[in-house]
Amino acid sequence: MIIKPHRGQPLWIAFLLHRISGVGLAIFLPFHFYLLGLALEQSETMDGLLRWSDYPLVKFAEFGLVFLLAVHMFGGLRLLALEFLPWNDRQKTLAAIAVALSFLLAIGFLMRAV
Amino acid sequence: MSGFRIYLLQRISAMIMAPLVLLHLGVMIVAIQGGLDSTEILSRTRGSLFWGGTYGLFVLAVSIHAAIGIRVVLFEWLSIKDIKLTLVSWLVFAVLLMMGARAVYAIVA
Amino acid sequence: MQEPADRLEVSVWRGDASGGGHVIYQVPRQPSQTILDVVTWIQREQDAQLSYRFSCRVGMCGSCAMMVNGIPRWTCRTHVQKVVQGNRLMIEPLRNLPVIKDLACDMNEFFAKWKAAEGQFSPRKTRHDPIEPVLPESPKRIAANAAIECINCAICYASCDVVSWNPGYLGPAALNRAWTLQNDERDSGQRARLKAVASDAGCHNCHSHANCTTYCPNELNPSASIAGLKRLAANAVFTGNL
Repeated sequence: MIIKPHRGQPLWIAFLLHRISGVGLAIFLPFHFYLLGLALEQSETMDGLLRWSDYPLVKFAEFGLVFLLAVHMFGGLRLLALEFLPWNDRQKTLAAIAVALSFLLAIGFLMRAV
Repeated sequence: MSGFRIYLLQRISAMIMAPLVLLHLGVMIVAIQGGLDSTEILSRTRGSLFWGGTYGLFVLAVSIHAAIGIRVVLFEWLSIKDIKLTLVSWLVFAVLLMMGARAVYAIVA
Repeated sequence: MQEPADRLEVSVWRGDASGGGHVIYQVPRQPSQTILDVVTWIQREQDAQLSYRFSCRVGMCGSCAMMVNGIPRWTCRTHVQKVVQGNRLMIEPLRNLPVIKDLACDMNEFFAKWKAAEGQFSPRKTRHDPIEPVLPESPKRIAANAAIECINCAICYASCDVVSWNPGYLGPAALNRAWTLQNDERDSGQRARLKAVASDAGCHNCHSHANCTTYCPNELNPSASIAGLKRLAANAVFTGNL
């Protein structure tokens, strides 16, 4: 996918990341809720599925999910500040900080998860 | 509900969720120490009013937030409008709320 | 070091409301050449049928705004050497506006939205009243002054993706103007304007991409203005005034 010339600037990329992470999380959630719902009557199935989380590939996927969640949240916090607090000129810097924090958080999760 | 009020609802649900997301990430890090096990998780959450209330609120907020977010994406990128848009948005809200509520019940009951 | 090629290969969009396509012209390079110079050369030397707009040609009126290599710019203030890709240029009419012919687009909807956002000043006083004292250093006046230099060139409108995706959206220019008037103590139309900018076509549609701020040649910040309107409208909702 080639990004059109007028779209390449940092805050537009921040928007894209926010939208993709949001849609990704919205798709993930029903599966997540389903897995937890298994505890009701099918705890063996649940345990079986939870065993998958030992695999490195799944751990990496979890890292990805945590990253998406963190990036959506920190990006969202930047937006809440933009919309409810007095204007701050450093939006690009804040966007970069949001991504960096998200990455650190996700790496921290991965380190604890292995 | 006017477009602006829907926007506000989404922002308010976001503000409610921010601390809950941090809590959830913290809980996950603690929970996965030594591997995930359903009995271990459930032993901590069964009968807990605190976990039920906290995660119940989380589910409500995320259902509202995600439904409105998806609504905007459907409108802007798929050009879905009017009654179709309203129906799909409510559907997303209902599915997330019901599955989420069931999940909370499953670990707390 | 290679000498720059002495010819430009310029792809210009030709057509009208029913459709069109790109036509390639070979244009001689000249020192300090602007994109407007290129378009003018084509019209004078190659094809008198080429339609385009310009007026002051010195970066004050905004009439010459076009898409240059996919980015909306004032063509009179865009030097070829700054934007040329190899020896290639692409010149198209502004995005998000209907085309009349070739590089001239129909600005009617741009101005219709300006009006719909209540972008016009409504005085409270008459010539018989004493002059309203407006302190230039008051926070409201500072906010209004920061956004007031808009010359309606529609570059922000052309760069805005929310306008592309949501045809009813009022857009950055109209909302930016509305913000200046909400901060104007002399204006009496603020209640109606707040309703307009908080309507379904209003400020909440903005996703803060900030393309408008990035490309405004007058260095205005419609993103900040729209954020200000969001705050005003939210406040009004929470205090029961909207």
